[in-house]
Amino acid sequence: MVVNRMTVHRDDIEKLAELARLRIAPEAVAEVTDRIATILGLVDQLQSVDTGAVEPMANPLDAVQRLRSDAVTEENRREAFQAIAPAVENGLYLVPKVID
Amino acid sequence: MNWEVVIGLEVHLQLATESKIFSGAATRFGAEPNTQACAVDLAMPGMLPVLNEQAVRYAVMFGLGIGAEIGLRSVFDRKNYFYPDLPKGYQISQFQEPIVGRGHFDIQLEDGSVRRIGITRAHLEEDAGKSLHEDFHNQTGIDLNRAGTPLLEIVSEPDLRSAEEAVAYLKTLHSLVTSLGISDGNMAEGSMRCDINLSLRPAGSEALGTRAEIKNVNSFRFVEKAIHHEIERQADILEAGGQVVQETRLYDAERDETRSMRSKEVANDYRYFPEPDLLPVVIEQSWVDSIRASLPELPAAKRERFIADYGLSAYDASVLAAERPLADFYEAVVKDCGDAKIAANWVQVELLGQLNRSDLALSQSPVDAQALAALLQRILDGSISGKIGKQVFEAMWAGEGDADSIIEARGLRQVSDSGALEAMVSEVIRANPEQVAQYLAADENRRKKLSGFFVGQIMKLSKGQANPQMVNDLLNQQLANAGGHGNT
Repeated sequence: MVVNRMTVHRDDIEKLAELARLRIAPEAVAEVTDRIATILGLVDQLQSVDTGAVEPMANPLDAVQRLRSDAVTEENRREAFQAIAPAVENGLYLVPKVID
Repeated sequence: MNWEVVIGLEVHLQLATESKIFSGAATRFGAEPNTQACAVDLAMPGMLPVLNEQAVRYAVMFGLGIGAEIGLRSVFDRKNYFYPDLPKGYQISQFQEPIVGRGHFDIQLEDGSVRRIGITRAHLEEDAGKSLHEDFHNQTGIDLNRAGTPLLEIVSEPDLRSAEEAVAYLKTLHSLVTSLGISDGNMAEGSMRCDINLSLRPAGSEALGTRAEIKNVNSFRFVEKAIHHEIERQADILEAGGQVVQETRLYDAERDETRSMRSKEVANDYRYFPEPDLLPVVIEQSWVDSIRASLPELPAAKRERFIADYGLSAYDASVLAAERPLADFYEAVVKDCGDAKIAANWVQVELLGQLNRSDLALSQSPVDAQALAALLQRILDGSISGKIGKQVFEAMWAGEGDADSIIEARGLRQVSDSGALEAMVSEVIRANPEQVAQYLAADENRRKKLSGFFVGQIMKLSKGQANPQMVNDLLNQQLANAGGHGNT
């Protein structure tokens, strides 16, 4: 099977890595770019199939979502959850400063 | 240059469920931080979302309320972005197949004109937590109580043309969702948050200009101010020959300005994909029909009924029908006092005025509908005048008792004893010979004005308790007699 290689640029990979918070070493970017291009080539090949009459699949299971009734069933377990958090104060989880 | 303003609004409406959209944690406002954040909300490994039926019902109710197509099949998607108040690293939302499709509702402007505003879609999603940036030694504090609270995001068409229309749209939407009972609509607590998409184009042009989005504006007043500010900012750029940059801006209420949120620009690629942890939501048409059958009367229909049944003006009807608690209060007053017009007047002027001055909600009013109706009955049966009624109302507001006991205790009952009134009228006429002469010399039109002077004096003499109708009659009689004597 011949797989076409999509055009993916180094910039695309760097941007995706940033969005996904993945650290890719600069010397590895070329290789990752190459591998993703191959994967996308496969996707591209799939996309050449005419799916005009096929309903998009949201889930592979042939079932529909069960709904739960609107009742409060969870109790306050803050102490247990916060016991495993790296830093808490006044009931809040502390994280490195983020500001828009 | 004459610019046309084009505005579309996205409203995030918090739905009034007891529990969260995907977990059984409580949604109550104001709880201690993180006491209503369970393992699902915290994105602990292995946790799975289960959809809250009530959130789906509320979304359907909204869809029916705006005449929209209801998505009998809808799908949840993941919207991916990193922020510490979103522990999963994605928000569960709906992208391709929302539960509510295209709909519309009408807004009424101050000049009475009506405009139909299109709704593009409304979809269910979960709220994020809250970040507190102050006071944590250069760290950010995260409260996840709000994480997972059900939201309905309501997206309008770019049909709005001014700040006034945007505010009218929000007020109408607020009135609709509170009447439906699907949200408490409490803007101060963030139950209704608004993003504004705004662009300018030369008047008469069809093509849309480049828009900026202003995030998270949380009151009607701020929406108005943010829009005015943004119109000015974009007009300045365009008139200087520049171009508006498509970006997200934040409205700063304290400085009354919008500013760019540059850090979000790179994150604007949300990489949506179907949420594998949730199956497609399929609802039955029969369920939708049963929800339709149980919808409460909506504000637009109520307004029409108030005009038809109570003979109210369009303005009075729209004020009184807008919010269900006020409409219910008004109808209870009408039922007990039997006069729709006086009830409309008193509820709008005295009751709403006092609530406003005291900064109270209707539910906190010290005077309930039955008490107000009892007071209005005393005005209607002539026991007191409307003016005295206001005094009594103030005493009732201050907690001095019901209308009858205040009227009795203060001796406010209207003087309708013709003998006593006649004496007062004579006294005033005797004491003001000059005005009497002026009156007699005047023509019909001017006489009407001058008689006001005498009525005022008589009311003063009676401490406001004289029956005004009887005073008028007796006064006209005695002045006519005075004129008669003068001629002989």
